[in-house]
Amino acid sequence: MNRYFSWRRFWAVLTKEFVQMRRDRLTFAMMVGIPILQLILFGFAINADPKALPTAVLAADNSEFARSFVRAMENSGYFRVVRHIADTRAGERALAIGEAQFVVTIPEGFARKLVRGERPVLLLEADASDPAATSNALAALLTLNQTAFRHDLRGSLAHLQNQLPPFEVRVHRRYNPEGITQYNIVPGLIGTILTMTMVMMTSLAMTRERERGTMENLLATPVRPIEVMTGKIVPYIVVGYVQVSIILAAAWALFGVPMVGSLVLLSLALIVFIASNLAVGFTFSTLAKNQLQAMQMAFFFFLPSILLSGFMFPFRGMPQWAQWLGEVLPLTHFLRILRGILLKGNGPAEIMPNMWPIGLFLLVAAAIALIRYRETLD
Amino acid sequence: MSDAVIDVSGLTKIFGDRKVVDDVAMRVERGQICGFLGPNGSGKTTTIRMLCGLLRPDGGQGTCLGFDILREAPEIKRRVGYMTQRFSLYEDLSIRENLDFIARVYGVRERRRAVNATLEQLGLARRGGQLAGQLSGGWKQRLALAACMLHEPRLLLLDEPTAGVDPKARREFWEQIHELAARGITILVSTHYMDEAERCHELAYIAYGKLLITGTAREVVVHSKLTTWTVTGNDLFALAAELRSQPGVEMVVPFGNTLHVSGADAQLLAQTLAPYRERAGLDWQRGKPGLEDVFIKMMDYAPDNFES
Ligand SMILES: Nc1ncnc2c1ncn2[C@@H]1O[C@H](COP(=O)(O)OP(=O)(O)O)[C@@H](O)[C@H]1O
Ligand SMILES: [Mg+2]
Repeated sequence: MNRYFSWRRFWAVLTKEFVQMRRDRLTFAMMVGIPILQLILFGFAINADPKALPTAVLAADNSEFARSFVRAMENSGYFRVVRHIADTRAGERALAIGEAQFVVTIPEGFARKLVRGERPVLLLEADASDPAATSNALAALLTLNQTAFRHDLRGSLAHLQNQLPPFEVRVHRRYNPEGITQYNIVPGLIGTILTMTMVMMTSLAMTRERERGTMENLLATPVRPIEVMTGKIVPYIVVGYVQVSIILAAAWALFGVPMVGSLVLLSLALIVFIASNLAVGFTFSTLAKNQLQAMQMAFFFFLPSILLSGFMFPFRGMPQWAQWLGEVLPLTHFLRILRGILLKGNGPAEIMPNMWPIGLFLLVAAAIALIRYRETLD
Repeated sequence: MSDAVIDVSGLTKIFGDRKVVDDVAMRVERGQICGFLGPNGSGKTTTIRMLCGLLRPDGGQGTCLGFDILREAPEIKRRVGYMTQRFSLYEDLSIRENLDFIARVYGVRERRRAVNATLEQLGLARRGGQLAGQLSGGWKQRLALAACMLHEPRLLLLDEPTAGVDPKARREFWEQIHELAARGITILVSTHYMDEAERCHELAYIAYGKLLITGTAREVVVHSKLTTWTVTGNDLFALAAELRSQPGVEMVVPFGNTLHVSGADAQLLAQTLAPYRERAGLDWQRGKPGLEDVFIKMMDYAPDNFES
């Protein structure tokens, strides 16, 4: 019988954890229910294809061309002109209070420049705080500049038709410059849900033993710290995989989210990511005195993970110090890996730069957990 | 070659700035049942935890089953059966799952057979699937005892195993303990019950962290040099109040319908009691002090290191 690691003892802890997990109906339901619920909530937000979005028009050039353009916008179905405004201040305000989702600014001399072939710039400001709401409209707009003036550019102006596009639309996404799209959300959801459930569940692992008084018996047995730790962590790796499968299957079946890359590679990356979260949770559970403290610690980890990983805010838009913090967190790297694999079809070589930081994090967290684990009741 | 299964000395444990266990020395021979007595909070549980490697002593040394308690805790854990004071099996596991877990962790050979045999012995063969948390206090106690004996340890450390258990179960428990001792298993058992103390081969009495006396029940009584008179009759309550302030009377303790009056100075006590023995309606006997008398006296005189 091995002094340092025994498969039998590890197996004993593992099966015990599985049985206890199964008995804890509420928690079990939560672990399966949260991904489904979140996905459906986010998913319908993603899928919505809102039309007739309120649009304010600031027409400094009241030419035939300007009117044609506005008409073409309305004809696309995505834009509904609700106001004509006189200056930029009014436009700012309309966006800020949500009166308009878009403000179109047709600059002075638009028609003149257009006719001279100088490609004038149309400014479209979008309230992108809910990117899902605006992304389709923006996509529709980009096709407009090719078709809007088909009827106006005739005769001596016909040559402008060919030199496409005759003018430029400059889009300013306000409030959310990177514009998280629907495809960003599924990887983001996988990452955050895993972080949340994994850290939370394991952070309770040891504190629960302590609070229920079973710790004394566990410590009195020959079971070794590494056996307890691995035995408690492995069941949750399985749970993590179940969660990810649920999200991926639902994202694919319900919303047709593409999966370009290799799912095998994804599963490999998953193991490391899940394990790193579990190690953090386990460390918390060796530090916390009771379950409440453990939950609080889990939240302290969860919040920066959500805020600084690039899930909530565009990573490059954060101040430098926040980016450094973000680089430490496994979720940051995992999101990049996931987006890379799912959307860009990245292979092992491309994900490596984001793989090793997670691995390093895992090693450090596991080491702390093992050092902190007390084999006595002191 | 000594046959001591527990052999420790100078054992000390400090929590914060309190010496909870103070310089305890203990020696228990193979096959002996040692009763560990003392009031609540006197350090029994702490001492037992140090013996099986659950707490690191702040001072002292010694061996348990021949293994050093400071350096070889894993070896000791593997060979000792420790029954905790509070039920510490998993309430959300069934009886069988609990036993299975323990058997696996200790590497019990022929696990299934051992678990089945234990269930059979407990009379729980048909209730193996029931959750441990649903058992009554007495049954939990039995299950815990059975669990800590699954791996056939040579030394049992039992922390108040019969607290809150009905008399019949207690008697069965003690029969089992004696059977085990007869097979050469050594048992250290903490208890509050004096009748249980009388069933032990030896006793160790601890108060305020200090071990006050060790020895057989008889040795303990003799050593105390206590003389005890018992009296039955009317209005013992008033009598007790009256006697307490008399010279030579160190303790007046009511036991149901009798009063135990004790003192260390036998002659002085006899003198003091002489007039009372003439009183009508009182029946005096010169008795032997019981363990309880002795322990109560010792507590009164114990150095109170918690207030100093
Ligand atoms: N982990 C601990 N931290 C601080 N004090 C403790 C701890 N464990 C026990 N004590 C204190 O040590 C004293 C002895 O406790 P214990 O050994 O449980 O006594 P007993 O088992 O004889 O009732 C008590 O006053 C108790 O409050
Ligand atoms: Mg105790």
